[in-house]
Amino acid sequence: MAGDHDKLPARPGFMGWLNKRLPVDAFLKDHLTDYYAPKNFNFWYFFGSLALLVLVMQLLTGIFLTMHYKVGEMTAFDSVEYIMREVPYGWLLRYLHSTGASAFFIVVYLHMFRAFLYGSYKQPRELLWLFGMVIYLALMAEAFMGYVLPWGNMSFWGAQVIVNLFGTIPVVGPGLVEWIRGDYGIADATLNRFFSLHVVAVPLVLLLLVTLHLVALHEVGSNNPDGVEIKGKKGANGKPLDGIPFHPYYTLKDIVGVGVFLMLFCVVVFFVPTFGGIFLEHANFDMANPMSTPDHIAPVWYFTPFYAILRAVPDQQLGALAMALSLVCLVLVPWLDRSPVKSTRYRGWIWKTALALFVISFIGLGYIGLKAPSPLFTLMGRVFSVMYFAFFVLMPWYTKIDPVKPVPERVTYEKH
Amino acid sequence: MHRNLSGRVARIAAGLLAGVALIAAPALQAAEEKAAEGHESHGVDWQGWKAGNQINDATSLQRGASNFMNYCAGCHSLKYMRYERMAKDLRIGDEQLRKNLLPAGAKTTDYILASFPKAEAEAWFGRQPPDLSLITRSKGSDYVFQFLKGFYLDETKATKTDNLALPGAAMPAVLSDLEGVKRVVFGHGESAHGGKNVERFDEVQAGSMTPAQYDVFVRDTVNFLQYVGEPSQVDRVSIGIWVLLFLAVFTGFAWMLKKEYWKDVH
Repeated sequence: MAGDHDKLPARPGFMGWLNKRLPVDAFLKDHLTDYYAPKNFNFWYFFGSLALLVLVMQLLTGIFLTMHYKVGEMTAFDSVEYIMREVPYGWLLRYLHSTGASAFFIVVYLHMFRAFLYGSYKQPRELLWLFGMVIYLALMAEAFMGYVLPWGNMSFWGAQVIVNLFGTIPVVGPGLVEWIRGDYGIADATLNRFFSLHVVAVPLVLLLLVTLHLVALHEVGSNNPDGVEIKGKKGANGKPLDGIPFHPYYTLKDIVGVGVFLMLFCVVVFFVPTFGGIFLEHANFDMANPMSTPDHIAPVWYFTPFYAILRAVPDQQLGALAMALSLVCLVLVPWLDRSPVKSTRYRGWIWKTALALFVISFIGLGYIGLKAPSPLFTLMGRVFSVMYFAFFVLMPWYTKIDPVKPVPERVTYEKH
Repeated sequence: MHRNLSGRVARIAAGLLAGVALIAAPALQAAEEKAAEGHESHGVDWQGWKAGNQINDATSLQRGASNFMNYCAGCHSLKYMRYERMAKDLRIGDEQLRKNLLPAGAKTTDYILASFPKAEAEAWFGRQPPDLSLITRSKGSDYVFQFLKGFYLDETKATKTDNLALPGAAMPAVLSDLEGVKRVVFGHGESAHGGKNVERFDEVQAGSMTPAQYDVFVRDTVNFLQYVGEPSQVDRVSIGIWVLLFLAVFTGFAWMLKKEYWKDVH
């Protein structure tokens, strides 16, 4: 794609002057007007651009929240209430940011599910998947530290539980926990460093990773619901026959997706900002109090599938290990999936069953992680955990024996 | 054909996502509640009492503010709330505010702080009366409603009363002149919600209000506290309606534009 910039018509005036010094037109051509994407994208392909939208929204609302938030164990909680009450439209900034955190995970989970549905992590997109996974891990760190900043009681105790997980690592664990906290307990020092990491370090890492994710995507080109490589069939002009320029086709289509997404998003922001205590928890409207443990400590909903895996194992150390492995499994998927076919459309019943069971186990674990432990939930948590791991561990085997169907030469597309 | 197949897979997957979340939640809830069975459900379902307050009801909010200032503000602060903001939001005139609600010596821009000295409060009750700015957000409006109606006579306690919603409450029944004094006859075991099982209330002494009047009094007070929990909540909803209308129009135009461009794609 790059390298044919001399074909661009020379422009007069300011843009001509600029293009000689900065490849503006060439960049737009490479990545928008002359970047060919498969024409058969469906519903599942909205979530990449939506994730980018939410990232930008979090950065912008975060900048303005930072102008009024006062880090420190004596000031943080009060300053959040100050934002909610006395900063003009501060409540809107705060709800956009808090709802944005949950929306980010919803969008990212759907984006990741799309990859499972159409084998988007498979060769040649393994690195694209790896960048995505590192983004996901960075996002978890970002969300966790942001969650601590309002210094509510659930923030405090949630931080206590999550940071203590690092203490289960043999030998270095206890020292590591102290190093992370900067104190013997979750305290002012912890809050300060989480603030620094949340507003500077992790956002920078995220932006870099998102750039790499996009560069890698544009290098290999997008997968599609048929899992057919469109670069394999090119027309006389050297462009993929089943591809269309990203701009204007997908920019316009994505704007429709943005509109629908923002409507759902704004329903939450304006009408149910706490989402019944799931997006903003009731116990977090009490200030952090080391002397008063909430009735039931649970992380925010987007961590609960992993939290449920942790609780499913009777031994804390092994539980933490299982939780770490549940993430490692995700990272390894490109090499676990041995199917000759990418898209679920052309895979057999074995894969479809496995994927359905995986989705059930993930949602089931997420639900159980939100609830207080009970014998029934512990049993269900164990069953779902086994299902979760079986999906990955058995993948090299069942993707091999899965009765796949022939993949067409070209993508399927019906005009609508 | 392939398209249909994939559409089906996508629909099944989306259905699974939504279905499991929607179906599993109430089903599991029911299973949980069943597990906690072994009680008889007659008696007073005090945990089922709902505040039933209307946050848009300005006169209820005004009455609630007045209730709070007269009966609660002596001990409980609303430390994030200024008198001025409250008066503006609740459409209480400046004169009204100064005459009826503002304590002597306070400015309209002051936060609503308790007049009771902190050290003395601790000596009297064993703990400081909590700030109530966020009580409806952390505990819910229904909880506050149940608490304010939940005092009953218990001679074993230092305050001579206890509370159904908060057993062992340090707070005395300061509203008993209005509500009256009641004794609780407890039933066996636990209630459906896991708290004390109340068979009935026996009136010991009537209050100056009828039970219906007292309910209104408490409902107004809870309404006011819910407002204090999030003063912008009424604005939030009215702005939200306009935002959604705008987005609907925007999305409609975006969809038409997309359709126009995509005509070329075959």
